[in-house]
Amino acid sequence: MSNLTKEQAEALIAEVLEVYPEKAKKDREKHLAVNDQSIEQSKKCITSNRKSLPGVMTIRGCAYAGSKGVVWGPIKDMIHISHGPVGCGQYSRAGRRNYYVGVTGVNTYGTMNFTSDFQEKDIVFGGDKKLAKLIGEIEGLFPLHKGISVQSECPIGLIGDDIEAVSKKAAVEIDKPVVPVRCEGFRGVSQSLGHHIANDAIRDWVFGRDGKDVKQEFVPSPYDVSIIGDYNIGGDAWSSRILLEEMGLRVVAQWSGDGTLSEIELTPKVKLNLIHCYRSMNYIARHMEEKYNIPWIEYNFFGPTKIAESLRAIAAHFDDKIKAGAEAVIAKYQPMVDAIKAKYNPRLEGKRVMLYVGGLRPRHVIGSYEDLGMEVVGTGYEFGHNDDYDRTIKEMGNATLLYDDVTGFEFEEFVKRVQPDLVGSGIKEKYIFQKMGVPFRQMHSWDYSGPYHGYDGFAIFARDMDMTINNPCWKKLQAPWLKKPEAEVEMAKAA
Amino acid sequence: MANIMIRRSDKGDYVFYLPKRDLEDTIVSMEFDTPEKWGGEIKLNNGGAYFIEPQAAPARLPYSVRAKRLDAAE
Repeated sequence: MSNLTKEQAEALIAEVLEVYPEKAKKDREKHLAVNDQSIEQSKKCITSNRKSLPGVMTIRGCAYAGSKGVVWGPIKDMIHISHGPVGCGQYSRAGRRNYYVGVTGVNTYGTMNFTSDFQEKDIVFGGDKKLAKLIGEIEGLFPLHKGISVQSECPIGLIGDDIEAVSKKAAVEIDKPVVPVRCEGFRGVSQSLGHHIANDAIRDWVFGRDGKDVKQEFVPSPYDVSIIGDYNIGGDAWSSRILLEEMGLRVVAQWSGDGTLSEIELTPKVKLNLIHCYRSMNYIARHMEEKYNIPWIEYNFFGPTKIAESLRAIAAHFDDKIKAGAEAVIAKYQPMVDAIKAKYNPRLEGKRVMLYVGGLRPRHVIGSYEDLGMEVVGTGYEFGHNDDYDRTIKEMGNATLLYDDVTGFEFEEFVKRVQPDLVGSGIKEKYIFQKMGVPFRQMHSWDYSGPYHGYDGFAIFARDMDMTINNPCWKKLQAPWLKKPEAEVEMAKAA
Repeated sequence: MANIMIRRSDKGDYVFYLPKRDLEDTIVSMEFDTPEKWGGEIKLNNGGAYFIEPQAAPARLPYSVRAKRLDAAE
């Protein structure tokens, strides 16, 4: 199917909205839009960061997911207690592939689950004592941990436990930071508020603590930077980091994929903060800009075009040595990029993609697809805000679809009508679309592949997309006895 | 009253940020913009208007300050 015109896209949205009751329709139509690059402000065409409509299928998470799962969870040498009933922590345990180096259970704890396992009596009488006891047990069992964060689950806020008091007392006792995070799941409309709360907790409880590592001599260099908002999914932060190091910068901290507490404590000493996931960590970057006078820039390490752009933009903040370094890095990888493009572009040229993910990817990966000659015809954020859509409008072509907090029904209908060659979303969508016969890649976990960041990541990205789109299985979805005779002839030819 | 943060964009104009609502926008006009007197009524690109108690200009941006909402766009 050829691309939609603006009118067709608008008609499609209107048609999809038809099934809703009047009130729901009014609410949902604000979240669906046809992209128009001439619009400067997204709020003129799309509403975001609003409560999901009751009764529809949304794929959003909660504030606890945003704090424990995204921001705090990957900090590997801290222990993150899921404070409350056992489920929230256990069912999300090790769900994100935040790679890290270290010996799990000895000096790193990324894939482990620590919970206070609330029972009825803890709800009735309060769980403060249990939390204090748990912290003592952790200290005894895992003496090499560098700190503890207390990630509140819903009941903590409902019964009003004073986790701050317990944390302060425990921090003195064990002489390590204990950070209470008020990220109860019911706060906010999505995980987005959880990111904000987690950022604020780092600001209030970690910065300015003057930890042991900060007191020890940290020798600053003029080329110190930090990678903020890279969660090292499948090793993403590592493939980003090597590029920055090759151009002559020193990466002091990784937030928070493969990150440590001491890296976070040292971040206020860097010269420039590099933000990859703007949505989840812009808050702390803004704080550091005000308090420590550290400028920040957003960068994008998906696809060679954006990488080159970003490397130059980063280098512009430094002297000529780094600028030359950036050019050298770009030149060094150019032959590799050319080889990838020569191999995959003929197989992927003109293929159309629909995305629906969270955070930064709905706009950041567009460049990556375009480098492969593909086109993104629809994109949307689970929990984006207006500023995300402001940035997205410029990246997307005219008359493409934008959908905020899309419902299961809407997404399916859009895919049926637009007929993209690839859908990129999460695990919950994967099997629906595969059963519909649409090639699908998970864009949260990179479908257990990765990394996708950096030049090395681009090679893997290109291979994965080719592997999925041109997989022979998509031609075999129809039962053999339902096939038309022509198809058989074709099959015989191919065999 | 709300806490807001004012910073300069790459282009050099003022940018308004309201952390509580994650609202970021450029400031199109500020009533007073001299080193001695700074603030007053500020107008945002989205049509909103806020009021900052006129004061000496901050030594360095970004700068967090209390502001009163006069007219929100949303």
